[in-house]
Amino acid sequence: MEYLTLLISAILVNNFVLVQFLGLCPFMGVSNKLETAIGMSAATIFVLTLSSICSYLTYAYLLEPLGLEYLDIIAFIVVIAVVVQFTEMVVHKTSPLLHRVLGVFLPLITTNCAVLGVALLNINKQHDFIHSALFGFGAAVGFSLVLILFAAMRERLNVADVPAPFNGAAIGMITAGLMSLAFMGFAGLV
Amino acid sequence: MSHMLDWAAQYPFFAAVIVLVMLCALFGALLGFASIKFAVEGNPLVDQINAVLPQTQCGQCGYPGCKPYAEAITNGDAINKCPPGGEAGIQALADLLDVEAIPLDAEHGEENVTTVAYIREAECIGCTKCIQACPVDAILGAAKMMHTVIASECTGCDLCVEPCPVDCIDMLAEATNVQSWSWQLPASTPTSHLIATDRGRGQAA
Repeated sequence: MEYLTLLISAILVNNFVLVQFLGLCPFMGVSNKLETAIGMSAATIFVLTLSSICSYLTYAYLLEPLGLEYLDIIAFIVVIAVVVQFTEMVVHKTSPLLHRVLGVFLPLITTNCAVLGVALLNINKQHDFIHSALFGFGAAVGFSLVLILFAAMRERLNVADVPAPFNGAAIGMITAGLMSLAFMGFAGLV
Repeated sequence: MSHMLDWAAQYPFFAAVIVLVMLCALFGALLGFASIKFAVEGNPLVDQINAVLPQTQCGQCGYPGCKPYAEAITNGDAINKCPPGGEAGIQALADLLDVEAIPLDAEHGEENVTTVAYIREAECIGCTKCIQACPVDAILGAAKMMHTVIASECTGCDLCVEPCPVDCIDMLAEATNVQSWSWQLPASTPTSHLIATDRGRGQAA
């Protein structure tokens, strides 16, 4: 039950994009086509879960015993970058099919602030190992949900009769704002 | 282990430096090892196409960058989705892939490069044919004398390229500066409507 609460909280109530405003660049950037949005989502789920596990391990077994907690940001950046690059190489070699789906998005996510945000929030909220992994997974699922919904909306917006001044990014921003309002409505859920 | 912890507590600065250096060295070694162990022979065609693309990484083609678009082309995507590359880029791709050059797909944006004619003066024979062709009198010269283009007058119409018997006129892209920069207006609404309308067709009978 506790795990379920954590998941729902990460996916809906504290949605990383629409409520905490993390990871906005891929949210606006990769949401033009539903297909790319799905690829990006899959890659994000993969990377976020993996990187929250790895950064938790780094913190709990390296930084904390040595009393170097203040190095968390720089250590996490290094850990996340290496984990992403390493998995990209392994996936490229072992599974060309999976690489075709995830490949181009993996390096893009390395610098996504949501990834670092999850790692830091895990420390902040004093999650243990399983909680960290679940929180990372939940955050990524929430991100994917919003990204895919938004991409589907933008595909429809492309054929809609939008007034000229609002064409393109402007109507995208407005749509994102309205979605954010809607997601704020989950606030009382957990 | 406890000995190490005591030492780290005693010299926190050195402990931090050593930990970071070790971490980076370890990860660097790991990545170096992985790049050899998991090396993949890239598709040479993708690299060739990627070399032709302008590397603006603008994403106007609908892909996240030039490399993904190059891969999409090898998988059969159309070659006319790159506005920064323009017609010249499409032509280069068509030559490389041995297919027919097709006009730029307007859906992905328009080529917005202003060009200026440039005469390679060493090769000019002074025939004055380009002077006669120029609609704005931007070419200076006399018979059997070297000609040159007044860049500030040239409109980039490339009408002078065709008559030149020695092909010494190049159309060069004009670098954007404060004078030539213009605000890009948002694209006006397309003429196609979702719902059929007779607005703008004049008065109904």
